[in-house]
Amino acid sequence: MPVSTNSQGLPVWRRRTTRAQWLQYLAWLAGVSLFLLCWKMISDNTMWVFVEDAGRQGADLISRMTPPEWGYANVLWKPMWDTINIATLGTAIGIIMAFPVAFMAARNTTPHPLVRSAALMIIVSSRSINSLIWAMLLVTILGPGVLAGIIAIALRSIGFVGKLLYEAIEEIHPTPVEAISATGASRLQVMNYGVLPQIMPAFAGISVYRWDINIRESTVLGLVGAGGIGLQLNASINSLAWDQVSVIFIMIFATVLVSEWVSARVRHAII
Amino acid sequence: MSERADMTRVQTRQQAAQRGQWRRLPLIENPRLRWGLAIGAVIYLVLALASVEVNWARVAEGAGRAVNFLGAFMQPDFISRYDDIVAGLLESLTMTLTSTVVGVLLAIPVGLGAARNISPLPIYFICRAIIAVSRTFQEIIIAILFVVMFGFGPLAGMITLAFATIGFMAKLLAEDIEDLDWRQVEAVRATGASWWQTMNHAVQPQVMPRLIGLSVYRLDINFRESSVIGIVGAGGIGATLNTSLSRYEYDTSAAILLIIIAIVLLCEYSSSHVRRWTQ
Repeated sequence: MPVSTNSQGLPVWRRRTTRAQWLQYLAWLAGVSLFLLCWKMISDNTMWVFVEDAGRQGADLISRMTPPEWGYANVLWKPMWDTINIATLGTAIGIIMAFPVAFMAARNTTPHPLVRSAALMIIVSSRSINSLIWAMLLVTILGPGVLAGIIAIALRSIGFVGKLLYEAIEEIHPTPVEAISATGASRLQVMNYGVLPQIMPAFAGISVYRWDINIRESTVLGLVGAGGIGLQLNASINSLAWDQVSVIFIMIFATVLVSEWVSARVRHAII
Repeated sequence: MSERADMTRVQTRQQAAQRGQWRRLPLIENPRLRWGLAIGAVIYLVLALASVEVNWARVAEGAGRAVNFLGAFMQPDFISRYDDIVAGLLESLTMTLTSTVVGVLLAIPVGLGAARNISPLPIYFICRAIIAVSRTFQEIIIAILFVVMFGFGPLAGMITLAFATIGFMAKLLAEDIEDLDWRQVEAVRATGASWWQTMNHAVQPQVMPRLIGLSVYRLDINFRESSVIGIVGAGGIGATLNTSLSRYEYDTSAAILLIIIAIVLLCEYSSSHVRRWTQ
């Protein structure tokens, strides 16, 4: 109990010992100084003249964006369809690839610890690299287009789906698995009848959730040339047609809201 | 479904199993919905695959580059662009830290406002609208707007990430507050505490562990995002990576990617530690 005495020699309750109190002050001091140091680096690299102007620029931007050029929406249906395709096909391919990876990464289904670390490596590298970076990479390899976007989304989804799925596999009940293997089932049959039914709801939920995220991500892949509505966005921004940009924003907003609603409904139905 | 129908279904399944015709239960119970979904999925796949245009000649041409790129991963080049990489990384890291701090500080009032059980209806709607806008748009789209407003450089990136952090943190914080143990709030209120004191002594202790965990998680996300918003001129390692990729200097890009992966791993490892320590 951290107790100290007051001037009359009576014990006084305190929340922390002197040592803990000092340590806390020091931690705060270190944190605040680190923040200020970082802030100074940023402020050194900033042209403050531009920042002073920001309010006027923002107002100017809004005045250029309104009213939206609604007629432009007719041009956007095909790119929007492409965007949805990128997200959906990318998710599908990602799931197909993530499935074996998750089984190899789960502690209870992996064939060998070495395989497990390789699978974990795949998951980590796929997760840490943003889909836009994957897209940049694939655009230089496959050329600009929807295909690069689909594969970028797929590669990014492997890590996400794989991680959540292998955690689900590690949390299954061992009893059905033991029951199935007691009947003399082969390894594949144990997976099929013992493990798979237990992870199916989690799997469906994860897939739909990832699809929802992928819809958001695929709207911007076009900025680096990987197809979809981002291409139109990039073109409109480069030609400073801000009234078209606002139409695109509204379409993205609507699509994301719909996909979020669908994903919430499906997940609600499953759980 | 009624209990009796369930019983007969179980019996028919058992009889089928005794005849050796056991089938597992389907994932979707309603057959019409099941087949409808399957047929819909096939039709969609055909339509979608038909609309994907692939330039196979270009793909074949790129295959050599893919091999080069994989080769570059075996021999990443950290040296020749050392200065650019270090400058980009430092910028990314400073942006990550400042944006997380600022974002979390701003997310706390928004999160309080977006919790239905402690805020009045008008404030609730305003805060929910802020969250919806901040969550719908990708960081990179917000970055484009802020770059126009604040000029090129890390400040635009920092503001972007802080804005995205607000949506993420405020939503989760609001959900956490909505789930909180109401008895403690009532107990503190019964002592005659003001609104401010109620927040400080009844709400804050309950949400603090999760708030710290989420902040650390967000730090991790912000670092990953800071590696891409450089593409549109908002500072950070993304600009360096983009340049190296478009110049086909794959060994440098591989080095940058490896550094990003390493830092994300480090972040994840330490964040799981922090979360275990706070909970």
